[in-house]
Amino acid sequence: MKITANKAGWIASLLAISGLAALPLILLATRSLAHAWYWPALLPPVWSIRAWRYVFSPAAEVLPALLTSSVIALAVTLLAVMVALPAARTLAWQEFRGKHAVLFALLLPVLTPPLAATMGVHSLFLRYGLTDTMIGVVLIHLISTVPYATLMLTGSFSRLDPDYEAQARTLGARAFDVWRHVTFPAIAPGLAVAASFAFLISWSQYLTTLLIGGGRILTLPLILIGFQRGGDEAIAAALSLIFLAPAAIVAFSVARFLKEGK
Amino acid sequence: MKLQIPMTLTARRWLMLSPALAVIGVLFVGGLALAAAQSLGYFAPTGENAFTFRHYAELSRDREVYASLWLTLKLATLATVISAVCALALALGLREFARRSRAVNLLLQIPLSVPHLAMAGALITLIAPSGMLARGAYALGLIGQPADFPALINDQYGAGIVLSYVLKEAPFIALMTLALLARLGDEYEQAARVLGASAWQRFRFVTLPLVAPAVVSASLIVFAFIFGAFEVPFILGRPYPAMLSVVAQQRYLDVNLMARPGAIALAVISTLLTAALAWAYLRLTRALIGLERPFIL
Repeated sequence: MKITANKAGWIASLLAISGLAALPLILLATRSLAHAWYWPALLPPVWSIRAWRYVFSPAAEVLPALLTSSVIALAVTLLAVMVALPAARTLAWQEFRGKHAVLFALLLPVLTPPLAATMGVHSLFLRYGLTDTMIGVVLIHLISTVPYATLMLTGSFSRLDPDYEAQARTLGARAFDVWRHVTFPAIAPGLAVAASFAFLISWSQYLTTLLIGGGRILTLPLILIGFQRGGDEAIAAALSLIFLAPAAIVAFSVARFLKEGK
Repeated sequence: MKLQIPMTLTARRWLMLSPALAVIGVLFVGGLALAAAQSLGYFAPTGENAFTFRHYAELSRDREVYASLWLTLKLATLATVISAVCALALALGLREFARRSRAVNLLLQIPLSVPHLAMAGALITLIAPSGMLARGAYALGLIGQPADFPALINDQYGAGIVLSYVLKEAPFIALMTLALLARLGDEYEQAARVLGASAWQRFRFVTLPLVAPAVVSASLIVFAFIFGAFEVPFILGRPYPAMLSVVAQQRYLDVNLMARPGAIALAVISTLLTAALAWAYLRLTRALIGLERPFIL
């Protein structure tokens, strides 16, 4: 009796999360391929690749936006990880005065909305000609990505014994070799998760990109929101699928990395 | 011959921290300070350069601001509570299965990775007045036309907004909770069982306090995120009252530059309020469940 109740519980939960994972994909795929799908038809009367053809046509400006989004997100990921690594290593392995203040400072951007800081930075960037540029957008995305990357990597480093590095050095390994053969393999799973998080956060940014990019730096979400409010549901659905594709890829690779890390 | 620059441990330490602190210090704290200055009478583009509380005073007489504040508080609280409860049920339901298979993690990762805009778009296809649910209801003979279907998007209760966030954030809180459960094992629950605790007692006095740190910290992140969120309320909400970030953004991008300091003041209020609410939430959970350090750092 006990076991069946438990079993029913996890089957229901498993169904719930499978549905949750599949539902947005199925809905968007159907909508993007449906043509003249008027009320009250349950299934599309005609299937069509019109929306997809439009999305990949030069008129739609989707391909340049895809490139802009990718370049910005990759640059943000690289910078965020490079900034986070030394900070995380220090925070995880050393006790020092002011450590809690640093952790608190890192939590601030996570726990408060980025809008006010973005508006302030906007006036700063205006002065230095960084508005309407990709560099400006990359910098503003760092506010939301660096804290997450640092806190996640701090977790990874704290599960690794600093003595391994010391031993490798004692045995004559140079700094790069220690990193390459000792530290990196140990924190690789955490590094992968932190990097994917940074990529996804940057990839999904709308408001900060709009304010700092001034509508000139056109990333995918800026184009997507136009179609969502402009009314062509099929095109909006096709764009949404393109928008979530890297997210799905990243999710799979994170799950794979977590498996290897265990 | 390599040149060694002598450096104390303290200097080295702060050097390692400096890039991250520069990002936070210059872009976040500096940005916030500049925003505060601009909202307090130092907004150069309109020639303001004397200290004044005028923009805050104007906001305090603005009905739209109160409506927006109330709506933001209501929807963020509602979405966070529903997400946390669903996440707890999911995590406890999937706990056994998660121990044996990694599929659970992957399945929870997917909705977590779907960007909010894409989730909102999918949701429109499902719950709009002529969406799949309404068509299903028509096929079953429950409704006669789209207008009979309850309004779930751009509605007065913000149902679409809440639903959209629950679908995204419940998996997040569930993942954090499952990670903590995996680390803890189930010895405490087994011990309680041996000592004769009922299922409810085991949940209330053993499992719940054990997972509380994960649920508290994750739901705080979720609340703060929804409180300052823009895209989902922009797509699924009403123009009036709109959530705080939407109002602030629209006033900021108003063609009339004179509206900008007021918009910045509103964004500053939103930041201070979130910080205050986060602090109050941590104090409250500390008092209620005796959590000293809710953040798993």
